[in-house]
Amino acid sequence: MNKILLIAKREFLTRVQKKTFLLTTIGLPLLIFGLYALIIFFTVKNAKDFKIAVADQANIFKGALKDKDGEIIFSFVNNTSKDSLDKQLKSSKYDAYILVPSSFNIAENKDSLHIVSAKSVGFLTQEKIERRINKVLEENKLLLGLNVSKDKLDSLQHTNEIIFASVTGDTKGSEKSQVSYIVGLISGFLIYIILFIYGTMVMRGVMEEKTNRIAEVIISSVKPFQLMMGKILGIGSVGLIQFLIWIVLVMGLNILLPLIFPDLLHQMQSQPIQPGMVAATNALQNSGATNHLSAALSGVNIPLILGCFVFYFLGGYFLYASLFAAVGSTVNEDPQDAQSLVLPITMPIIFAMVIMMQAVNEPNSPLAIFGSLFPLTSPIVMMARIAHGVPDGVTVLQLVLSMVFLVVGFIATTWFAGKIYRTGILMYGKKVTWKEIMKWAFRKG
Amino acid sequence: MNNILELQNLQKYFATQKAVDDISFTIPQGNIFGLLGPNGAGKTTLIRMITGIFYPDSGNIIFDGKKFDALNDCVKIGYMPEERGLYKKMKIGEQVLYLAQLKGLSKADALQKIKFWFERLEMESWWNKKVEDLSKGMSQKLQFVTTVLHEPKLIILDEPFSGLDPVNANLIKDEIYGLAQRGCTIIFSTHRMEQVEEICDQIVLVNLGKKILDGTVQEVKQQFKENKFKIKLTEIPANATNNSFTIVDSKANEFVVKINEGFKSNDLLQHFLQQGCTIESFNEMLPSLNEIFIDLVEGTKSTTRAFQKVN
Repeated sequence: MNKILLIAKREFLTRVQKKTFLLTTIGLPLLIFGLYALIIFFTVKNAKDFKIAVADQANIFKGALKDKDGEIIFSFVNNTSKDSLDKQLKSSKYDAYILVPSSFNIAENKDSLHIVSAKSVGFLTQEKIERRINKVLEENKLLLGLNVSKDKLDSLQHTNEIIFASVTGDTKGSEKSQVSYIVGLISGFLIYIILFIYGTMVMRGVMEEKTNRIAEVIISSVKPFQLMMGKILGIGSVGLIQFLIWIVLVMGLNILLPLIFPDLLHQMQSQPIQPGMVAATNALQNSGATNHLSAALSGVNIPLILGCFVFYFLGGYFLYASLFAAVGSTVNEDPQDAQSLVLPITMPIIFAMVIMMQAVNEPNSPLAIFGSLFPLTSPIVMMARIAHGVPDGVTVLQLVLSMVFLVVGFIATTWFAGKIYRTGILMYGKKVTWKEIMKWAFRKG
Repeated sequence: MNNILELQNLQKYFATQKAVDDISFTIPQGNIFGLLGPNGAGKTTLIRMITGIFYPDSGNIIFDGKKFDALNDCVKIGYMPEERGLYKKMKIGEQVLYLAQLKGLSKADALQKIKFWFERLEMESWWNKKVEDLSKGMSQKLQFVTTVLHEPKLIILDEPFSGLDPVNANLIKDEIYGLAQRGCTIIFSTHRMEQVEEICDQIVLVNLGKKILDGTVQEVKQQFKENKFKIKLTEIPANATNNSFTIVDSKANEFVVKINEGFKSNDLLQHFLQQGCTIESFNEMLPSLNEIFIDLVEGTKSTTRAFQKVN
């Protein structure tokens, strides 16, 4: 045991003392946030008013186009010809103009409006102009065609709220399941990344020891199993530390950033600049506006999720790390060999990811239940179900069973991998096949 | 003198071959012991069993009077494998300390011993360097230090001189002698027969997983002597032939002769003395270990590592 700790300590220290560790652990989040801040900063800076002259000869807008938030300013001009508008465009009095010919008929959909601009108009601005114009046109069409005002229509179309409640009397309903969805997806995905990053780190460490031929020296002092466990523990604690630092950094920056850029938060919501953020804000809007978020979040059992996250993080890591170590031990000089040998290990991880995607939508489907109990997939799939809470997403029995299975599975894979490792680490010069590896694993003694 | 190591009918099989097939020998304490054999004869497997890396399929290892217990006895054994291995990126001082601690030394104890050896082999300035900065010979020296640092009772060196220049080789050789004098037993595995002849007290020759020769260097030479003598006379004898010997090689007044069955070296001398020749020198020609080695191993498809046949 003492020797395992000694080995773990070395594995930990050599990795933590590396410059790349500091760079990835502290530099990466800073870099991402920095870039983010820069992008937002510049979009805020560049946002300037866009002036549009409207020559409404057919009076289709009825002077109703108003500048709402000051970004796009419509000003109605009367009795101007196309030429004078062109001139005004060139003299930069306006950024664009709309000339509505008197023949324009809004009842007929084939007539189109032309917006002429001096410079090409950005996509986001285009969208805003379109939305505003269409809104006014829609109202006017309703009035003209059906003699119905927009407000009237809205109240007719208004749907009664439908709340999805569970039998336990939890009425937080759809907002919660939306948030659960996101929380489940993120935590499942994080575990997936952890398994890959630190699993391959273990594998590379073992390969390094084998190709450096230091394994033989060390194995004459400690048992191969101790060497393997020491390495797994050491890299595991590197992972844990790295994640803790990331969490602290992300939380710290989340608090700091709005302080540095006060209007940043507002900008981030009103200017979805990234597709991912568009989706996120849409999801938030769907779930009933942002101010409901905190209420919904409070419905998610955060201590439970955090506790389970750490458990499945460690359980999943230990389960897979020993398998990765076993593969590393069978690889010879050529790192290319590792790719084909590692495939049977990465398959269940990817498979788990696929199940997780489904489980996050339907936490109680048979596939999700199976995936969350089977130890090779449970670390990823269970996180998706846990996010929906106990007992809505997963029953207590299933959770306990899954944890027991994971511990049993971890002991089994470690035993199995230990036997492969013991033989593989000292085997040189021969390319190993899976058939031989299985023979090592099931050999007695 | 008691035996530090006793191997009794040791066997180790791998799937396709017998790597070690019924080998027994004993090594007295303080001995410098040569473990010889062609490539693939099973030496490494044998060493790995002695170091506790492999378990024998059958047979016993008696280490220091007791049955060998890999976990507890590993601290008494130092092993330098043929393929040297150190962490390339790790600082040398930390590395040696780490390896010593793995052997079970306390940190303070290890530091003190490292200091002693680093001073002794003039390596003090290496502490903060990395192994990748060292030359091959330097890392060889370092590996040697890590092997002997914990003062093991049994030291196993696999080709310890490869890559060393004569100065450093002598340095290590002196250390080996010194260790043996202080009671360490050294198993020395090599193909370099002249080194074996120079250093070893006792040898074992392994081939095809079997022991084919065992004894002190002198015993082995006696065993394989061909009764060849070299005689040098002051003048060319009138009659050089006699039924007591056959001339193998002659060069004016120098002869290499083989004494025939049933005769003794005195018969040879008498023959020349009777002719009134003055004998300038006369000595027995013992075969070198190199010759014995080649003699025994050549022609015996000397590999235990069987490869699958190509169909």
